[in-house]
Amino acid sequence: MSDARPVPWAAEATSFPRREFLKAGGALIVGFSMRGLLGEAFAGQDAAARGATAGPPDPKQIDTWLAIHSDNTATVYLGYVELGQGSTTSLLQISAEELDLDMSHVSTVRLDTNITPNQGGTYSSSSIARGSPAIRTAAAEARQALLQLASKRLGAPVEKLTVSKGVVRVGGTAGETASVTYGELVGDQPFQIAFTGTAPLKPVTEYKLVGQSPVRNDIPDKVSGKYVYLQHVRLPGMVHGRVVRPRGQGVYGAGAKVASLDESSIAAIPGARVVRKGDFVGVLAPREWDAVRAAEQLKITWDMPATLPGSGDALYEAMRAEKTTDRVVLERGDAAAAFASAPHVASGTYHAPYQAHAGFGPNGALADVRSDSALVICSTQDVYATRNTLAGVLGLPVQKVRVQYFEGSGTYGHSCYDDVAQAAAILSQLAGQPVRLQFMRWDEHGWDNYGPAHVGEIRAAADASGKIIAYQYDGWHHNWSAVESSAQLALGTPAAEWRLGAAQQVNPSDCGGMYDIQSVRLVNHQVPGLKYLKGAWLRSPLDLSFSFASEQTIDELARLCGMDAYEFRKRNITNERWMGVLDAAAKAAQWEPRTPAAKLSDAKIARGRGMGLGTHLTSFGGAVAEVKVNQETGKVTITHMYGAIDAGLAVNPAFIENQISGQLVQTASRMLLEEVTFNKTNVTSLDWNSYPILRFEECPEVTPIVVQRLDQKSTGAGEEVMAAAAAAIANAFFDATGVHMREFPLTPDRVLAALRQS
Amino acid sequence: MAGPLKIRVNERLVEISSAPDTPLLYVLSDELHLQGPRFGCGLAQCGSCSVLLNGEEIRSCVTPVSAVEGKSVTTLEGLPAWYARQKRLAHPPSLHPVQEAIIDEQAVQCGYCFNGMIVTAAALLAKTPQPNEAQIRTAMNGHLCRCGSYPRVIKAIHRAAEKMHAAGVLRIEPEGAIAETAANAVGASAENEVAG
Repeated sequence: MSDARPVPWAAEATSFPRREFLKAGGALIVGFSMRGLLGEAFAGQDAAARGATAGPPDPKQIDTWLAIHSDNTATVYLGYVELGQGSTTSLLQISAEELDLDMSHVSTVRLDTNITPNQGGTYSSSSIARGSPAIRTAAAEARQALLQLASKRLGAPVEKLTVSKGVVRVGGTAGETASVTYGELVGDQPFQIAFTGTAPLKPVTEYKLVGQSPVRNDIPDKVSGKYVYLQHVRLPGMVHGRVVRPRGQGVYGAGAKVASLDESSIAAIPGARVVRKGDFVGVLAPREWDAVRAAEQLKITWDMPATLPGSGDALYEAMRAEKTTDRVVLERGDAAAAFASAPHVASGTYHAPYQAHAGFGPNGALADVRSDSALVICSTQDVYATRNTLAGVLGLPVQKVRVQYFEGSGTYGHSCYDDVAQAAAILSQLAGQPVRLQFMRWDEHGWDNYGPAHVGEIRAAADASGKIIAYQYDGWHHNWSAVESSAQLALGTPAAEWRLGAAQQVNPSDCGGMYDIQSVRLVNHQVPGLKYLKGAWLRSPLDLSFSFASEQTIDELARLCGMDAYEFRKRNITNERWMGVLDAAAKAAQWEPRTPAAKLSDAKIARGRGMGLGTHLTSFGGAVAEVKVNQETGKVTITHMYGAIDAGLAVNPAFIENQISGQLVQTASRMLLEEVTFNKTNVTSLDWNSYPILRFEECPEVTPIVVQRLDQKSTGAGEEVMAAAAAAIANAFFDATGVHMREFPLTPDRVLAALRQS
Repeated sequence: MAGPLKIRVNERLVEISSAPDTPLLYVLSDELHLQGPRFGCGLAQCGSCSVLLNGEEIRSCVTPVSAVEGKSVTTLEGLPAWYARQKRLAHPPSLHPVQEAIIDEQAVQCGYCFNGMIVTAAALLAKTPQPNEAQIRTAMNGHLCRCGSYPRVIKAIHRAAEKMHAAGVLRIEPEGAIAETAANAVGASAENEVAG
């Protein structure tokens, strides 16, 4: 750690900080300045004025990150949103740790572009990895400033001071020594000092809160009905809105065109009216049910081209036949030569469908758009990025748009939260009054930015000793969509895709990266996405597809070598962190060695177990799954899943356990049930019947394992065991039946077809 | 029409202005500002909007408000008092044992589905005080959770059952000592208005 780093003002402690005591209405106002030391002026934010101007607040100011109140509590301003993963509590743990406060002393506020700092989006399970360094160092720096103040107040050098629960004492005991609280030192006044990032951080060995598992602070309100979700927020003078779109999106590049619209068809509904901009159509009504009815009853027809391939085989054939933009992601050694001489080669073509975010509560948003400014309240994962796109859609300067975050139901990636925010803003702009917009279930299911479908072609080879010597993976899928449907329909903004990035291409971490392989070739084939459905990052983007193909191939190699799947992997892994998660999962599952598919039976119910490795972009995931396959009906039941994550220093291990449990269940759902269906014109999976997810009766027992690494940086833990779990399920199926499933989800029809073919 | 509808919600009779065919959910959310039942699908598929009607779980998103006239609606907010009446407690607890157990198990992730989860679990335990795991899974099967909280919910229901059993053994209040529950009734809190 950085204990040895210089503290900029410590050397001049006698002259700095300069304190000014002012009596103001009985309250002691303490201010201090660093002008003398750093030779520049700082516009520290007045706590009372916080929120009055457009952000982001200056990240180089301590006041941007935290405030100390007169009651000896602290408000920490976070740039990452709470999505139900507990990261808010974890970030507060880190803040309290550095400040020597209790958890009961620290709280935060919801994200707001006029208040909270811009730390980018809450993506890639990075709240702790990317969010915590600033919070941690700001808290450490604030503590240093507080110690300087306390030193003056108590007339003792900083070295003699100790802090516990925000009380600064001379010496270490609570006896008769003088003391002062943080609240008494600065209560409610801004620090007005620069954030230099150079304060010494507390050594890990002295941690009291980090690494412990204090409970989440949002759960009591969530179980009692006191928690305010986005869906509960109301604006004064608002009307209720609904969008009117075709049931199920069509081809992304074409959008949808209004062919006919009969406004009189809703004339009988009290106060209901139609608003329209281009092909963007919405209805408004004072009462919510009237808005719902108006959207249902509005007579409207659409022009949509019938150019989609349709889901299933036709989709994969179309993707595979596309003229693609290719990129060699990784090339090492000479794979072609290695394959030519290898004794054992396994290969296969694998298919993975579009899958939906399918948030449990559809997205919603509220907007109050005026001629010169706008307030938009939504559940975005990135308030500043959403502000930018909203400003474009509304034709307002970015600084005139304020975006506030309220938690909705879990999103697991880029669901409809930007689309619904833009739609609410457009509705409010057209209506000239505040609007609350709630997407209906079919809007959310039908107009999602789905996790893209994938085709993988893989080949891997092992030598006679069971060493993997060559690995080749070719992956076909399209990129994420960059233009939301609301902007596309209202403004005619042409559909566009994201540029290729790490999470959109064949992922070396999933595709053989855990093994020591001399010759590797990974190629990404970017399919032109405008000819398909909208896409975006869905929890552990593409990783389930990669590992489904890759780890089945590894098991097949193990079988060809006559080796147990665990032994085979151990022979090919030297990275101790990959070994750590594999060992943890295998140990929890009491793995007994045997060659995969060695215990095949003709019984109606065949049982099997399998393992898998995989991750997203950081961290390490290992999993074991146990399954039952009904060979007459094709029904697959996952009975138990074990998942291990090594995410470096686990700030709150209990939260990670909960995240692992959720990932295992969600992976079971995605592997057994989930597939976006569509015909040539539009999406047809529009609700929980046509897009089923796992239920209580099908839910496996789960065993989460956190591999704690106090000496490693914290990395993501919100999605990093899903790839491993997906692979473990597929390998367990193979172990039970001797058949590799080449496509998921493992629905009864698909399973029966595969069993018959074998 | 025979004047405005009156419905009983959390033991309070309230007059409402919505049309009779309005689904109960919109009345609870928009007129009574209750935050327990919440929109999830509008199709009775997910359980997000569940409430108890005379002690039985129903989907408020597809139940016309006129259909609950003369019956008793209990929402998440009213569960502690509902429990107190069942158990003849002198005072309603601050939380129903299922709510407490959910906290104890830290079962929540995003938490949006927990309204329905808790309401149905409370109804289950009222009828089947000591359910086995299969009974829990069957009773809860109509409730979806996208975060995958099912395993912890099952544990929490077991925990609540044990706690209620232990409390039942110790219960000594005489019959009739049933608390009035106005404090836990209709959400009296103001709208969650956000100033621009």
